[in-house]
Amino acid sequence: MRAQFVLSEVGIGLRRNLGMTVAVVITVAVSLAMFGAGLLTRSQVNEMKDFWYDKVEVSVFLCGADSQVGSCAAGAITDQQRAAIEADLRSLPQVAEVFYESQQEAFERFKEQLPTLAENVTADSLPESFRVKLKDPTQFDVVAGAFDGRPGVEQVQDQRKLLDKFFRALNAGQVGALIVAGMMIVVALLLISNTIRVAAFTRRRETGIMRLVGASNFYVQLPFVLESVLAALGGALLASGGLVLIKATLVDRILAPSFPFTSFVGWSSVWATIAAVFVAAVAISSLASFVTLRRYLRV
Amino acid sequence: MIRFDSVSKLYPTQTRPALDSLALEIDKGEFVFLVGASGSGKSTCLRLILREERPTKGTVQVLGKDLSRLSNWKVPTLRRQIGTVFQDFRLLPNKTVFENVAFALEVIGRPRHTIAQVVPEVLDLVGLQGKEQRRPDELSGGEQQRVAIARAFVNRPLLLIADEPTGNLDPTTSVGIMKLLDRINRTGTTVVMATHDAAIVDQMRKRVVELEGGLLVRDQSRGVYGYSR
Repeated sequence: MRAQFVLSEVGIGLRRNLGMTVAVVITVAVSLAMFGAGLLTRSQVNEMKDFWYDKVEVSVFLCGADSQVGSCAAGAITDQQRAAIEADLRSLPQVAEVFYESQQEAFERFKEQLPTLAENVTADSLPESFRVKLKDPTQFDVVAGAFDGRPGVEQVQDQRKLLDKFFRALNAGQVGALIVAGMMIVVALLLISNTIRVAAFTRRRETGIMRLVGASNFYVQLPFVLESVLAALGGALLASGGLVLIKATLVDRILAPSFPFTSFVGWSSVWATIAAVFVAAVAISSLASFVTLRRYLRV
Repeated sequence: MIRFDSVSKLYPTQTRPALDSLALEIDKGEFVFLVGASGSGKSTCLRLILREERPTKGTVQVLGKDLSRLSNWKVPTLRRQIGTVFQDFRLLPNKTVFENVAFALEVIGRPRHTIAQVVPEVLDLVGLQGKEQRRPDELSGGEQQRVAIARAFVNRPLLLIADEPTGNLDPTTSVGIMKLLDRINRTGTTVVMATHDAAIVDQMRKRVVELEGGLLVRDQSRGVYGYSR
């Protein structure tokens, strides 16, 4: 089996059928780009979950001077109340740690995370709070039940609930991307299959003679399979370029600076996604070509 | 070399069998004409030898192998030992004479230096030296058939099958082709040739196997085409 012979047949085949080859490359590129985007979104979600769930706490916001809530009718929280609340919090068996954040500290943190908005805010606008780390984050209700509505407590907030909403939105986006990717991959499979049919028909004279002369079935099919795989790899290359572009521009230049308080996918995720994209390209094209050749190339 | 044991072949869409209990044995080095009217089963015989079809009944043995027991992936190996020549030449139109003959060697993986040595030799043998770079459409019918014979013979096969090789050629050219096939036969290659061409059969006086309606009606060494024309 001579590599040069096969490669020259592949080259001839690709050029002869140039229009359809280009169609395959583009279709594969789009479908794999969506596939890659879906994978990257999943990486992103996992990154953020890891980053955030670590830091997540139950926040017990204490009454400030302006609070409108019923339990704050008596005005800002007193030292007595504060001490009592802290003691009670620490006594709960579900509680792992309790941190106190003063209004000034809250203001410092706010300035750090959202610098542009911090200009319009003063320390007094932000409430004091106890940040509670639970041994089991699902036991939020225990804390809420004990402290919600208690005089001096403005609100008990489970940050995880906030994050869950956010993650659900991201997950929906990821599922959407993967659905579109799935549809595009079906399109790519059909297109590759059709391209091979046409190629097999156009080259029936050559393949007939090849069979007559005693070329092995594998050798007869190989140029067709290679043509599809090469076209698909071209598409994978384009898709990878697109993903790199997204990482370099959208993520690194636009999203990350706007949201400094969370982490974003790193380059290692991008490389891993690119590897998956190439594997998918080879898998799709080989599968489509083998199945089509069995049907349309008499061997 | 070739052995048909009560071989019958019925094509799915037909009522009359193409071959009916055919028994035939061809030894190494023989030259056999397969004659008969159109539809008598000559081409079917050749297709069975090439394993392009399988018999409905009976067994075909070629080069010592029982074709019904031969697995699909071994068929290409069998075909490499059989050279084929057809009425319509079956050359690749976009390749030169040299490339057409080399094709038979390339697809089985012979290295380039072997090809460069062997192809000119066989082109000399068939009388096409100097025409290596021509395309098939620049050649006469006789020359194209010589290219086909060169391609069939380039691997020095043990068996050469010819399905009406002179069908598209004029009488004089046909004689030239037959001389070539005779020369090839003398190097030891078994030749089985299906033909309508009465003049050639009569002239060469080789073994004649006559088929009629799928049945073997005559098997004669040094035979003539036939008395019923």
